[in-house]
Amino acid sequence: MSQIVLPQSQISYLSDGVSLRSWLLTTDHKRIAILYMISITAFFFLGGSAAALIRYNLIVPEGMIQSAETYNRLFTMHGIIMVWFFLVPAVPVTIGNFVVPLMLGARDLAFPRLNLASWYLFMAGGFCALYALFSGGVDTGWTFYTPLSSNYAQGHVVVVVMGIFISGFSTIATGINFIITIHRLRAPGLTWYRLPVFIWSLYSTSIIFVLATPVLAITLLLLMFETLFHVGVFDPKLGGDPLLFQHLFWFYSHPAVYIMILPGLGVVSEIIPVFARKELFGYKFVVWASVSIAIIAFFVWGHHMFVSGQSLFASVLFSMLSYFVAVPSAIKVFNWLGTLHKGRIRFDAPMIYALGFIGLFTMGGITGLYLAALAADVHLHDTYFVIAHFHYIMVGGMVSAYFAALHYWWPKITGKMYPEMIARAAALLMFLGFNLTFFPQYILGYLGMPRRYHAYPPEFQVLNVLSSAGATILAAAYLLPLFYLTYSIFRGARAPANPWGSLGLEWQTPSPPFTKNFVVTPTVTEGPYAFSKHETFDV
Amino acid sequence: MKLTLPLAASTGAETDDLLLGLVGVSIAVLALVFGLMGFYIIRYRHNSPIDRGALEEKSFRFEISWTIATLVVFFGLFIWGSVIYVRQFQPTGNALKIYVIAKQWMWKIEHAGGQREINALHVPIDTPVELVMTSEDVIHDFFVPVFRVKRDVLPGQYETLRFRADRAGTYHLFCSQFCGTDHSNMIGDVVVMPAKAYADWLTSNGAGDTLADQGKILFIRYGCAGCHLGGGTVRAPSLAGLYGSPVPLSDGSTVLADDRYIRDSIMYPKQQIVASYEPIMPSFANVIPENDLVRLVAYIHSLAEEKRG
Repeated sequence: MSQIVLPQSQISYLSDGVSLRSWLLTTDHKRIAILYMISITAFFFLGGSAAALIRYNLIVPEGMIQSAETYNRLFTMHGIIMVWFFLVPAVPVTIGNFVVPLMLGARDLAFPRLNLASWYLFMAGGFCALYALFSGGVDTGWTFYTPLSSNYAQGHVVVVVMGIFISGFSTIATGINFIITIHRLRAPGLTWYRLPVFIWSLYSTSIIFVLATPVLAITLLLLMFETLFHVGVFDPKLGGDPLLFQHLFWFYSHPAVYIMILPGLGVVSEIIPVFARKELFGYKFVVWASVSIAIIAFFVWGHHMFVSGQSLFASVLFSMLSYFVAVPSAIKVFNWLGTLHKGRIRFDAPMIYALGFIGLFTMGGITGLYLAALAADVHLHDTYFVIAHFHYIMVGGMVSAYFAALHYWWPKITGKMYPEMIARAAALLMFLGFNLTFFPQYILGYLGMPRRYHAYPPEFQVLNVLSSAGATILAAAYLLPLFYLTYSIFRGARAPANPWGSLGLEWQTPSPPFTKNFVVTPTVTEGPYAFSKHETFDV
Repeated sequence: MKLTLPLAASTGAETDDLLLGLVGVSIAVLALVFGLMGFYIIRYRHNSPIDRGALEEKSFRFEISWTIATLVVFFGLFIWGSVIYVRQFQPTGNALKIYVIAKQWMWKIEHAGGQREINALHVPIDTPVELVMTSEDVIHDFFVPVFRVKRDVLPGQYETLRFRADRAGTYHLFCSQFCGTDHSNMIGDVVVMPAKAYADWLTSNGAGDTLADQGKILFIRYGCAGCHLGGGTVRAPSLAGLYGSPVPLSDGSTVLADDRYIRDSIMYPKQQIVASYEPIMPSFANVIPENDLVRLVAYIHSLAEEKRG
């Protein structure tokens, strides 16, 4: 039997070299995406273990973990790892890396070597942070408020801050890479209004990457100087202002919230039309909602400081702007509902994750209205209500979106199908476990339980136990995909090029794609969700 | 398991109305979103034979209507929340003033009569109370859930918190800004007492000298009297009648002489210079500790009351 030799351009990216070197020195955006995926999966389960220990501690009022020092280090580690080493890179950098060039009909990102350098920067930052967290830890909370972090904290504040500083350069580089790729490497006929919404949302996210991350870098640098040399920028004893740190920190960290949710909104806008087999309702509104969120996001940072002593005028202004930024988010929800209307809705696993996302994101968004209302925030600020609110957005929203994206593009990434029924069950379990974990925390916050408490008054115990019980279900739901997705790599059925009947360019090349993505650069003649023109194509 | 939080301050009633309003809006929105989503995914499931009819072509009308509807509701909530919040900042006449000094990890309370407590605050019922708060180290936060009040307590400046308790009882006081290792132990009790019981409590805990009297001694010890009592050779503004009155500054602006102004003038005298005086006062930053500062401020406050009779 003669061996068939494929031309170089038609080798799957997974079989194009198997050595460790071929992976670690690759400039293929798809392989770099896999490197990111492995790294953030490790970070996710590390941060998740810290969360599990936090919930374990809070089962009894006096705290199951004896020492407050340990508990404080756990929630700090949970926050730092989850924000900077999982949520920020999850959908935009990991999934984005894989699908952006494919969706654009390009062979790679504009700067493939810069892309690889980004991953190395990310890992360097990650190891810095891990070293700090494991060689003694940090007890400041992920927000590093001064003067606690600069003058009073014990632990490796400088090292962990250095880690975040370094990984910041990785996100800036990725942002630049995406912006230029989207501008320059679109296939013929792929006009701006024919771009998939996911691309638009990554474009908005990249703008925030590039504009906001440098502010974080400056803030962290000042914090390092303050801690090491006591320069007196933030220390009131030296004539500094502790509130200045909060202004600078939230000037980055509020837009960063949108780094963590905009790509999720994009994923859902991508999945809903495919599984409703209907054009996305109000495409232009959804697109411009993303862009306006990215812009307004820069002007709402003061809503983290309604009780911290900023001026009355500032608080009122920031409250109003916070309500404005909520409008485009509401518009998106209505447009998804409009898309479902008169669709032909299928319930494959990605769709179940996406529908779960709509529910949880809406609940997280609605409770944001409480915190934007000044007088209500005075009562709810720094309580478990805030914890519940941002976990509904970050975990209920973004982590659901990440799993939706992972399941949706998994056949493309690995060339294998996962077991569908287990995946659907995991999606439902995640939704239930999530609500059981975090809904009680809204009530806890309203009843007055402050956040970051190692021990609490006994009347809060019942709700805390409920929350911890939910966390065990949630943990099981997160472990399930780890097993069945890994299983599918080895034993899964071969995936066809286009298992969901999608119209995006990434589905017009085999699963897994060639190293150079396309044999012939595709030409685009219509919008990304023109399902009405493909009635017969229905699977 | 109790799912409602009692209210023990008349000043928190409006906040509760707002929270209730927000719950109403949430239920309406969630019912709409979950209702439509549930209805659509059942009615339009892929194997349902239902006739989909013609697809909506023009989405513009829908988009504009729901954008405007959302804006109107959100703007209403913004106004509602802001009005209450701004009102919380308005000073009330004849408020009982109590000084709060936070440090890792305790609350120190200084009453005008010289009574001191740690991790406990006794206040009379139906009386407006004004807390003047500062921190000796990191940022803390004074939070009394049953009063619906919360305010960060910052090092290096005074923050004011106002409430009017209207139910006797003992309630939680929490530090709600993470402040280091024993953050969750920085808790205490707020005790709301009927007027008679409060008067008895003040008497039985009386320390002899009032806060202002103690401040008078410090006023001499730190050398303030040398210039500000008029007998000295240096020309400095008189402090009699200062508290609560407007002060013209050398840059042409006017500032109200409240606790914060007096504190700042002692610690950073060069920042706000009284019109027609030379900026010759030295800074007392890092010289006078917070405990002594509240006594000095209380003393200067008392000078104004003496003058007004």
